Amino acid sequence: MNPAMVPLVTGAEVTFWIAAPIAILGALGLVFARRAVYAALGMAVSMISLAVLYASMDAPFLAMIQVIVYTGAVMMMFLFVLMMVGVDTPDSVVETLKGQRFLAILAGIGAAALLVFAVGGAVVNPPVTTIEANAARGGNVEGLAELLFGRYVFVFELTSALLISGAVGAMLLAHHQRVTPKKRQREMAADRMAAYRTSGEHPGPLPNSGVYAHTNAIGAPALLPDGSVAEKSLSQTLILRGASLDAPALAKVTNETFAAIEAVADDDEDEE
Amino acid sequence: MMNPENYLILAAILFSIGAVGVLVRRNALVAFMCVELMLNATNIVLVAGSHIHGGLDGQVATFFVMVVAAAEVVVGLAIIVSIFKTRRSTSVDDANLLKL
Repeated sequence: MNPAMVPLVTGAEVTFWIAAPIAILGALGLVFARRAVYAALGMAVSMISLAVLYASMDAPFLAMIQVIVYTGAVMMMFLFVLMMVGVDTPDSVVETLKGQRFLAILAGIGAAALLVFAVGGAVVNPPVTTIEANAARGGNVEGLAELLFGRYVFVFELTSALLISGAVGAMLLAHHQRVTPKKRQREMAADRMAAYRTSGEHPGPLPNSGVYAHTNAIGAPALLPDGSVAEKSLSQTLILRGASLDAPALAKVTNETFAAIEAVADDDEDEE
Repeated sequence: MMNPENYLILAAILFSIGAVGVLVRRNALVAFMCVELMLNATNIVLVAGSHIHGGLDGQVATFFVMVVAAAEVVVGLAIIVSIFKTRRSTSVDDANLLKL
């Protein structure tokens, strides 16, 4: 072995023994985490350690692509969909097919053994690495570019068709047809006036939340002139969540302060 | 140079974990992520192969696998979203319309 290469090679070995267990732990987290978000986190960990492994195998371009495309684009897309379809539903642990989980794990162990012994056993170990191939073309990115736009240029052009059909397919699948026509400003105004005509509902904007001496939070309801709470000054969501504040209690401080000021004013008048 | 079989064994382990995940998990999204893990495991084999044989063709193949995986994820997630819109669920057990 070339003595100049020894530090680099041991570096790759150290990297392997650090990154490979992390990748496997991330993969196990993906399979065993009950919540989908934790599974996605495990997946991201696994992918990043794979990027580290690529870098250690003299494939810096692929390492960057792995980080940008997989952990950047693909995992973000997964997380978007995860947020859309509800994060809080943990996976059910009920087996629909009897013994399926046990058999699945057995099949997994069998597949691992098969891959390790059948495929791994057939590998010879010639002392060449990608370093020469990278150096022959003046760098990893240059070498890949030469292959992509040279020998594999037709495949590369085909991927553009694939990506276009992917984008169009996603738009087609995620697009949903309107069942009712969309209400525009004119129709909404007509609805408001119809409501005013039939039930006498105020067509103008809703009252804003209350402003008190201690708070003007969105959860504080406004008071009507007779001291009762204006129900419409609060968002329905806040009421359902129980986030609305007690308006009479908030107004008490104001009333007490007014009373105190008036008492002082009365004293002053008395002295004069 | 370290034994390249290590990379292949790592890839085999990751591939098997992904396969078990596809078989075991009920959530379509997690099963889909497990498919991505299997694709990643094959990518390691390709990169390790190019590393062993001193060529860059394996890395080009990995590049194409990544492109295909990105397109596949877009379409797959769109299918999951459209199933969720109609059935309010992402469990693979709930999509059983083809069952007798």
